[in-house]
Amino acid sequence: MDDALIISGHKIDNRFFLGTGKFASYKLMQEAIISSGARVVTVALRRVDTQSAHDNILKYIPKECIIMANTSGARNADEAIRIARIARAAGCGDWIKIEVIPDNKYLLPDNAQTILATEVLAKEGFIVMPYVNPDLADARRLSDAGAASIMPLGAPIGTNKGVCMRELIKILIQEISLPIIVDAGIGRPSHAAEAMELGASAVLVNTAVATAEDPVLIAQAFSLAVKAGRIAYRAGVVLPKAQAEPSSPLTGFLR
Amino acid sequence: MKGSFFDELRRFDCFDFSSFLENARRQDVERALLKDSLGELDFLTLLSRNALGYLEPLAQKAREYTLANFGKVILLYTPLYISNYCDNDCLYCGFKYSNVIQRRKLSVSEVEREAQEIAKSGIRHVLLLTGESKEMSPVSYIQECIQAVSRYFSSVGIEIYPLTEEEYVGLSAAGADGLTLYQETYDRDLYSSLHSRGPKSDYRFRLDAPQRAAVARMRQVNVGALLGLGEFQKDVFLAGLHGRWLQNNYPEIELGISFPRLQPHTGDFICAHPLTDQELVQSLIAMRLFLPRAGIAISTRENSALRKNLIGLGVTRMSAGSRTQVGGYALDATKEEGQFEIADTSSVDQVKKMIAQKGYQPVCKDWQA
Repeated sequence: MDDALIISGHKIDNRFFLGTGKFASYKLMQEAIISSGARVVTVALRRVDTQSAHDNILKYIPKECIIMANTSGARNADEAIRIARIARAAGCGDWIKIEVIPDNKYLLPDNAQTILATEVLAKEGFIVMPYVNPDLADARRLSDAGAASIMPLGAPIGTNKGVCMRELIKILIQEISLPIIVDAGIGRPSHAAEAMELGASAVLVNTAVATAEDPVLIAQAFSLAVKAGRIAYRAGVVLPKAQAEPSSPLTGFLR
Repeated sequence: MKGSFFDELRRFDCFDFSSFLENARRQDVERALLKDSLGELDFLTLLSRNALGYLEPLAQKAREYTLANFGKVILLYTPLYISNYCDNDCLYCGFKYSNVIQRRKLSVSEVEREAQEIAKSGIRHVLLLTGESKEMSPVSYIQECIQAVSRYFSSVGIEIYPLTEEEYVGLSAAGADGLTLYQETYDRDLYSSLHSRGPKSDYRFRLDAPQRAAVARMRQVNVGALLGLGEFQKDVFLAGLHGRWLQNNYPEIELGISFPRLQPHTGDFICAHPLTDQELVQSLIAMRLFLPRAGIAISTRENSALRKNLIGLGVTRMSAGSRTQVGGYALDATKEEGQFEIADTSSVDQVKKMIAQKGYQPVCKDWQA
């Protein structure tokens, strides 16, 4: 059975998405993309230098990947919109991850400004992937605004603390029909597997891969963990319960 | 919160720094080492003599924090001095009013030529500097220079004399996106003795300038003290508190802290509290643990070997290919006196190579104007 992820009509073979920031070199980043088989990669426009022959990050991204430019550095909707338009003009395509972060201490997104940016950019034909704090009301607004997915944070960027926001993410998965892609805070492959077991459509990882001792190997591990988590979800993995339950239920005698 | 950082500073007017630092115990350092998030007195404890015995585990932790927040990336930038006319007589500065040096102010077209020369090296972040003379380098002139260089760089920072909020708004609209301003020393009495002449004698106006820049929506705000003027622990501590205050009150800014250390210059100033390499490292590490999200810059005041070793300890930005003479890049002014002596004369390519050898990526562009 075909279990490919479909986003805005695009079929994505690998539910592991990779961020390209923080790597020790573009070569290493490229190798991590290839080893993991990631097909969607995020790129900060602030790092894209089309004037440089040697330092243009775009040249290191395999052609089969979808580039999802992100609006890193945007402090409000206007700045995110401006960056998105520049990204498209710079050849980054229509996929845009909206990151509106007015707080440089915790790097938490501003949901309200993200919704405003989504409304504008969706109308301009962008495939909008908004990075947000997991909030059901905001997710509904984003869906109405034309977002192609919802990208709730698992934990603050760079903390590697895992799916701290799991209860809120579970609610989004249950209530929102758009793909829910857990982004930020994923520190280990087991975190990624957990997110997928909950029913997330995909997982995006950056820091944990880029700063690992062996980014190429860990990227592979993450990709496999995402696959395993997805299979587990489809198999109906038994999720933890709040209390003990006997293996012979009390009403078994009636059968 | 808001108000002014001056209100925060006043809390320490009667604080006995010497006594605190002398009495900071090894157990206090160990406790600070175990915390995820440091309070201000933990930060000060890490600047004590006893903390030197824990430098390696502190360095390991600082490295982890830096990796998590910034990855393995070092941003390069180059300073561009546009004028060395100055009305101040800062006792320690090569450009001070009473120094007999060749004074020069670049025309806007000369500034553009300098910018073109710097841009050839691949640098995309530039820092414009000038001495403090409203007559020779008025705000209007600085604004023209920013406009002239903007097309060559993705980020234009300014390290100039303190301005009003309205003036920062104007420069921001002209294309400046970052401010660097050192308080030199946070010790008010020492500050007065070092800056007796000229507009720089106004301690409070200078102290509040980074806040005005933040209100004016400058994206990047960098603060710091000139290490060696006063006792480093107090200045590093108060610079950290200044950074924290700015970050808490203006969370949108990208905060940066620099560690300029006094080096030889023109004149007869004797550095009262020279900082050892070990103390510089201690300061840097403690700052990283106190402000995990602050960018940390090291300039070419430091030599290449030391700068290489500081990568991985918390540094996220470095100047490269620097000249501190006015007209030092394209206008044949390298024989003239610079603001200070450069210790690392490596070219941009050499600095890039050094960073790559350390397993980090030298990045020339990290902003899109």
